[in-house]
Formats: sequence, structure tokens, C-alpha cells
Amino acid sequence: MNIKCVKNGDVLYVMLIGELDEYSASYIRNKLDNIFENDTFESVVFELSDLEFMDSTGIGVLIGRYKKLVKNNKKIYISNPSNTIEKIFNMSGIYDIMPKIS
Amino acid sequence: MNENKLLLRFSAISENESFSRLAVASFCSSSNLTIEDITDIKTAVSEAVTNAVVHAYNGADGEIEIHVKVDEEKIHIEIIDFGVGIEDIEEAKKPFYTSKPESERSGMGFTVMEGFMDEMIVESKVGVGTKVALIKKINK
Repeated sequence: MNIKCVKNGDVLYVMLIGELDEYSASYIRNKLDNIFENDTFESVVFELSDLEFMDSTGIGVLIGRYKKLVKNNKKIYISNPSNTIEKIFNMSGIYDIMPKIS
Repeated sequence: MNENKLLLRFSAISENESFSRLAVASFCSSSNLTIEDITDIKTAVSEAVTNAVVHAYNGADGEIEIHVKVDEEKIHIEIIDFGVGIEDIEEAKKPFYTSKPESERSGMGFTVMEGFMDEMIVESKVGVGTKVALIKKINK
């Protein structure tokens, strides 16, 4: 599991690459918290076109980050999930708090 | 009718999640399933194995067994642990229910398994363990 970040103006694009499950979750959590604490931005876009696998552990990770970022009035969006990951997002209702953008 | 079987037994550590879901998915891939079916199976198995690692053993040593039976009509998968067991299965199955809200768990595991498979049966005995049976029908 790997993370790449690109900033465009006030928007921080965070690319999640690989497989997000219980095994990789703690690494991803720490890495994301570290990035968010040390960068300045207004909104975050999770770019998921290279996220090959995610189970519901990923929902916990994303909602955990949302709870931290929303305290500082940051906005979060999701972009390009696979069909399977999209199904999990729809089941969880996560798009209500981090809308999908194209 | 031809039946093909797989048995996996491995340590209940999260490091083995990727291996176990890939092993089951590739065992099923010779059946007449769509790519989407295979990804559904991979995700459902990952949920069940995560539950066993996180809840059944909660960091303690233990083992997980996965039994897969494939015939012409369906894929039958059982994920078995010998951990603490589930006191109230109906409550555990509720969407967003988690016994560990402090550790950022979504409580979606059983909901995803139910949504991604055609059938899910959970049997559990406190102090003995849990068996999750997952069935995917093969469309002809």
C-alpha cells in the first residue's frame, strides 16, 4: 500500500495505491494523519483509481480521517473508485459526508 | 456431479488477509463466474477473515480455517475461527454495529458479506468459535 500526494491550489489530491485492508490500515492511518497535519489545504480529494482492493476496514479509515478534518472545516471528496469499492461506499452512505466527484 | 474442494488453515494475523482472499478467489476462478463475482467473493472473504483476526482472537494467537466447495451450481465458503464467539449474532449483523467503536471500525463487515454474496449463515458459540458460511450461485 502506497500514498502519493499532489497539490493543486488549495486542493490536496491523495492517491491511495494498492490494497487497503486491516493489514495496511494502521500504516495508512498514520501516514494520512501525518500528511494532513503538515500540509496546508482547504479540501482533500481521495483519488482511488489505483486502489486495487478495499474492504469495510477502509470505510473506518476514511471516516476516521473525516472526523479529524471536519473539525478544521476541511472538505473531503472521493474520486474514481472501482465498481466493487463503489458498492461498499453506497452501502455505507459515506457519500453523504464525502461526495463523489469526477 | 463434480465437486472441487479447498481447505486452508493459517495463523489469525492480518498479514494473511491478502493471501487468504487471493487463494479463495483464484480457486474459484476456474468456475463459470464473472470477474465481478470473483471480486465480490474476495471482498466477502476479507471481511470474514478480518472479523476473525480482530474480534475472535483480538490479537491473541489463533488459527482460521477456510473451507471452499465448488460444484456446478454454487460456491460454498466457510470461514471458521476458534475464538471468543459472538454473544448476540443478530446485533452483530446490524449495519454499523461495532463492538469496538473506539478503534475506527465501520461495523459494516456482515453487511458487506450479505450484500456481496447470495447467502450468509452465521453460527457462533461463546468460548468455542464462529462459523460464517457464504454462498455464491453460479449463473449458467
